[in-house]
Amino acid sequence: MEDIDMTEGQRPTIKTGFGPGKGKGGVYRTLPMPARYAINAVLVVLFLVIGEAMIGNGVVSRYQTGVLEQIGIYIIMAVSLNIATGYLGQLPLGHAGFMSVGGYSCALFIMKNMDKFGLTLATMSKVSPASVMLFALGLLFGGVCAAICGLLIGIPALRLKGDYLAIITLGFAEIIRVVMLNIDSVLGFELTGGAKGLTGIPGYTNFLNTFIVVAIVIFFIHTMMKSRHGRAIIAIRDNEIAAESTGVNTTYYKTLAFVASAFFAGIGGGLYAGCIGVMAPAKFGFMKSVEILVMVVLGGMGSMLGSVLSATVLTILPEALRAFADYRMVVYSIVLILVMIFRPQGLLGSYDFSMSRVIERIMNRDFPWKKKREAKEEVSADAER
Amino acid sequence: MTFLTQVLNGLQLGSIYALVALGYTMVYGIILLLNFAHGDIIMVGAYISWIVMSKLGMSPVLAVILSVLGCTALGVLIDKVAYAPLREAPRLSILITAIGVSYFLENGSQLVFGADAKVVPDYTSLSTFQVGGMTFSFTAILTIAVTAISTIVLNLLVQKTKLGKAMRAVSEDMGAARLMGINVNTTISFTFAVGSALAGIGAVLYSMAYHQATPTMGIMLGTKAFVAAVLGGIGSIPGAVIGGLVVGFAEVAVSAIGLSVWQDAVVFLLLIIVLIVKPTGILGRPMTEKV
Repeated sequence: MEDIDMTEGQRPTIKTGFGPGKGKGGVYRTLPMPARYAINAVLVVLFLVIGEAMIGNGVVSRYQTGVLEQIGIYIIMAVSLNIATGYLGQLPLGHAGFMSVGGYSCALFIMKNMDKFGLTLATMSKVSPASVMLFALGLLFGGVCAAICGLLIGIPALRLKGDYLAIITLGFAEIIRVVMLNIDSVLGFELTGGAKGLTGIPGYTNFLNTFIVVAIVIFFIHTMMKSRHGRAIIAIRDNEIAAESTGVNTTYYKTLAFVASAFFAGIGGGLYAGCIGVMAPAKFGFMKSVEILVMVVLGGMGSMLGSVLSATVLTILPEALRAFADYRMVVYSIVLILVMIFRPQGLLGSYDFSMSRVIERIMNRDFPWKKKREAKEEVSADAER
Repeated sequence: MTFLTQVLNGLQLGSIYALVALGYTMVYGIILLLNFAHGDIIMVGAYISWIVMSKLGMSPVLAVILSVLGCTALGVLIDKVAYAPLREAPRLSILITAIGVSYFLENGSQLVFGADAKVVPDYTSLSTFQVGGMTFSFTAILTIAVTAISTIVLNLLVQKTKLGKAMRAVSEDMGAARLMGINVNTTISFTFAVGSALAGIGAVLYSMAYHQATPTMGIMLGTKAFVAAVLGGIGSIPGAVIGGLVVGFAEVAVSAIGLSVWQDAVVFLLLIIVLIVKPTGILGRPMTEKV
């Protein structure tokens, strides 16, 4: 009995609030949840305001703004694929398929409904209550369409093991591509525009709404992964049989993660359509899926920060290194192989950055270098004994 | 007459898929790896044929030999460089490495040879021959015959030889096989060599039929062959052949009724349907899960 008491005593008590702490072994002060959310919200707003001001001033050129939008879109794509690859531990190879479903359906939804909202091609890209409303509805519609596809493909595919899932999703993306390419000629009306693509999409994507959506998506995925459902998904990744025997409904949670992944990919696709202005089936081939996968794998499977960073770097690099465009893909593939051999968990592993944690460490004067020194002192004390 | 031609076309295409599917099935059977690079090995084989015949102007016989040897060497090299360090790693890592290798081969050959299609010249001057008033395509008959012979030889190799026995043992239980004194790494390399040699033969037969080499030709060919292997039941040699023929016939049938643009979609739809109805494929053994 006493043994238990002793272990209890050794653990530092965790206290929520800003009160004074006693340092090592004493009270470890943490931030209350609302304060954590407030800090993150302020940071996001700060980023949006500064970004918007710089674009307004012309510090960031039109071209650079376009690149920024693409970064936002690829962040969404990488973070959404991370749900299925990093957190669920499956390997879907058809992420571009969900992206194209979302893109086409969002663009078509907005184009068909512009009249009903009293908008034209020009006013759609301006901020007004009607355009914001239609934009949000369009993105949701794109996301839901992609999620339905994810459900349709996920139910049969997830009953099978990893490799089958990879090949089924790859096949599915190919089916989507073929359908987008040929559906017009089969049905006999104008929908996707076939091989020449869907043109005349209003440019409804801009820096501000892209990154607002990015923040919302990241927030959703983060909270989902910290919740009971997220823990169930991570348990399946770590050991499916163990998870099942502790009462996790594996089929349900696998499908949930897969559908969520498809949903956010659809939203990313919707933004992509508005950013590029033309949707063509050829853009969403196997290569695109692999490109998104490289972002997730490189950054670290299961790390939000990793996905965000690698999506950012891998979107800027090809723009910055246009002269080496031919070598880009070769370098990509070599890097992919090397990372897998020497650091299979990705560059950041499952490490995630948390602003609140940093602040808490400062509050408690708990710095990594201090810990090292303490550990050293302990070791030397042990040696003396 | 046209019906017979279509059947022959289906058999020819199906035979090529079957040969490639055999390579997939063998590698998958032994280390449970979906070797994404397998299709790209075929692409390299087609380019070797093109270099030997078009660039160096040497004889087609040499082209065939070099293609098969080149593919074999490439397969073993890929295993040694990319897959062997990851034998104990999680499956996902090896799978992603395989994608990386595939990506590397595609983009590497695009860098070296350019994105445009290279025309692989005829291997033989024989194109058609007539039997009983009917015209047969020589390459079709050759393809079918080569596939049949390869399958029989492979089956003998796996069932009757000592190495074949080792392969079966490793695929059954790698740890136990190692304890029995089987050199697992040699066996795996040998499997890669056999699978890639089959891919080399497939490359020759493919370029005989389609006369083209492009950097991305391996993706679709490889994916469909994998579909064939899964359809037939992965890990099973007769299953791969049956799956290959099914996929070949399905494609030819879809083209014959004038829907050739949909043929890729139909193949994958077929896969999804078969996997829903019978997840282990036509001849697959039911898999039990071990804790």
